[in-house]
Amino acid sequence: MAEPKRNDDSMDATPNVTEVETADAATVAESVAAIEAPAQRGEPILQVRNLVKHFPLTQGILFKKQVGAVKAVDGVSFDLYQGETLGIVGESGCGKSTVAKLLMTLEQATAGEVFFKGQDITRLSGRALKAVRRNIQMVFQDPYTSLNPRMTVGDIIGEPFDIHPEVAPKGDRRRKVQELLDVVGLNPEYINRYPHQFSGGQRQRIGIARGLALNPEIIICDEPVSALDVSVQAQVINLMEKLQDEFNLSYIFIAHDLSIVRHISDRVGVMYLGKIAEIGTDTQIYDHPTHPYTQALLSAVPVPDPDAREGRDRIILSGDVPSPANPPSGCRFRTRCWKAQDKCATEVPLLAIPERFKGTDGHTAHESACHFAEERDVVHAA
Amino acid sequence: MPEPQSRRPDDNGGAIAATGAGGGMDLATSEGGTLEQRPGEPGGGTGGGAGGEATGRPRSLWSDAWRDLRRNPVFVLSGLVIVFLVIISIWPSLITSGNPLSCDLARAQDGSRPGHPFGFNGQGCDVYTRTVYGARTSVVVGVLASLGVAVVGSVLGGLAGFFGGFWDAILSRITDIFFGIPVVLGGLVLLSVVTSSTVWPVIGFMVLLGWPQISRIARGSVITVKQNDFVQAARALGASNPRMMLRHILPNAVAPVIVVATIALGTFIALEATLSYLGVGLKPPTVSWGIDISDASPYIRNSPHMLLWPAGALAITVLAFIMLGDAVRDALDPKLR
Repeated sequence: MAEPKRNDDSMDATPNVTEVETADAATVAESVAAIEAPAQRGEPILQVRNLVKHFPLTQGILFKKQVGAVKAVDGVSFDLYQGETLGIVGESGCGKSTVAKLLMTLEQATAGEVFFKGQDITRLSGRALKAVRRNIQMVFQDPYTSLNPRMTVGDIIGEPFDIHPEVAPKGDRRRKVQELLDVVGLNPEYINRYPHQFSGGQRQRIGIARGLALNPEIIICDEPVSALDVSVQAQVINLMEKLQDEFNLSYIFIAHDLSIVRHISDRVGVMYLGKIAEIGTDTQIYDHPTHPYTQALLSAVPVPDPDAREGRDRIILSGDVPSPANPPSGCRFRTRCWKAQDKCATEVPLLAIPERFKGTDGHTAHESACHFAEERDVVHAA
Repeated sequence: MPEPQSRRPDDNGGAIAATGAGGGMDLATSEGGTLEQRPGEPGGGTGGGAGGEATGRPRSLWSDAWRDLRRNPVFVLSGLVIVFLVIISIWPSLITSGNPLSCDLARAQDGSRPGHPFGFNGQGCDVYTRTVYGARTSVVVGVLASLGVAVVGSVLGGLAGFFGGFWDAILSRITDIFFGIPVVLGGLVLLSVVTSSTVWPVIGFMVLLGWPQISRIARGSVITVKQNDFVQAARALGASNPRMMLRHILPNAVAPVIVVATIALGTFIALEATLSYLGVGLKPPTVSWGIDISDASPYIRNSPHMLLWPAGALAITVLAFIMLGDAVRDALDPKLR
């Protein structure tokens, strides 16, 4: 699926994105993105190029024969810069979590590369992989299964030091663990307790503390708050923002809650069926979406104001997400898209700034994988 | 993984006085989860008391299970029976002064009389003494066969579950084959060629036929635990395979294996008796309930006491182990709590 052309496109796109950022800065007053965006971009810390993960579908008892593949991730490319938060949204089963696992090399990529500071990490193993893992850590979705119930909090947060003894000298570890507990807002005296003695939010803080232990540069958050109460979600999100400032972390924040993603992210990528449909700063995506799927997704965000709700633009998609084992030809979204034409079935739309918006300074000039990209502000429509 | 013990005892509220209790607790915890029931219970209790922490003491699956078990009459009763059995199999002379092999044909099949409460068997041996000494054989066979099955089964099943793939498929098919072998028929075929009169061929046979059951359970259990995020988290930290297996998977996957092995212990004792009864298990001069039952069965109408005492002892022993296994299973299953 990975067209060789795609590579050049995304390389080209990088300066474009920077350009758009500058444009944002000009209109700083109304642009949330510009405030949240890091002052200078520099080199991307993580570059993902044409990442592909196919899970084989097999038949047979002893000698397995491959009869197909679930194309969970099928050609995903994006950049992550130092100190920024990249949100990835999309509905269940679109491949968000698989992307997270691929970035963590918990799954072996079928094709494509992930460059961490210029080094491809997808094919690493042994010591080199272990070294990279120091720099990329993960916060998991479910705080109830991500902590070993048989280990004390001290052992859980201290485990990174056991695995990477060079990070902290032996005599220092207990103090380090207590510092980490303090950083995430937990009482350092809790060090001897077991995970089940904590609430969901506290457990997630323990998970974050474990992720921070090795001083990573990137933290991949796979739906870190979706298992938590709304009030606790805010605590955890605020903690994550505080830690980002403190340690200059880069986050990849995967979620399906659009408002949280908007709150925390500098840039947002929208995924559909294993591909990125649209990617841009949060203002570009939320206020000036050009991909029909993004528009449909945004129009489903609950609006707390009943008056505004009356007149809003609701896009209701028909049908279900097609099976990733047998995705539609051409544009993956065409089976549910109201704009679909013959071209969409034959030609895969590339993730690039649409031709018609190229050169314009507006927020619509961001990468969108649609042949018929046009702006439709579904959030503010009235 | 093992951290210096001396650094940790100041845990619970920093009380230096708690060194004794805290030290013991830490020793067990850092040695890997399986021992956690001990620190969870007494260690946690003392620690909480000494430190005066407002929060409850540390609890784990094992400490919860232990608390449940202590209140469970089935567990207490079967536990007492088992403790008694273990004691008399180690020191049978505690409750009998006789010799199970000194027999007097003149007393063959005699009923009970003072000093010989269970009467005499067909060879004129004291049934009471033989029943007491028979416990040793049963306990040894049951415990060793269970241990062997648990070790072989959980190592093979655990590795298959952890690594998956081709060898897992091979192992699963092998267990299927072993499940198809009828135990008694297999015993008749395999053990009839053995001439040794020790317990080892019987134990070996039980391990040979018993491991697939545990292997399946261990495999399933490991696969379940492996999917938990905390294993992924350990891998993401760069943990090695042995570390993930020993530190994360084993402590969380071992409970079902312990339960099944405990229940199997009872059935192994019964199987030993069955095989001995059929003449392919243990052979005299080994003293075994199965042999005695076998010897007594032709005379069941004239001298039922020769059969009833060893058979009763066997039934109670098997029942005790199965009930114990049941109670442990219930206690270790949080859903039943």
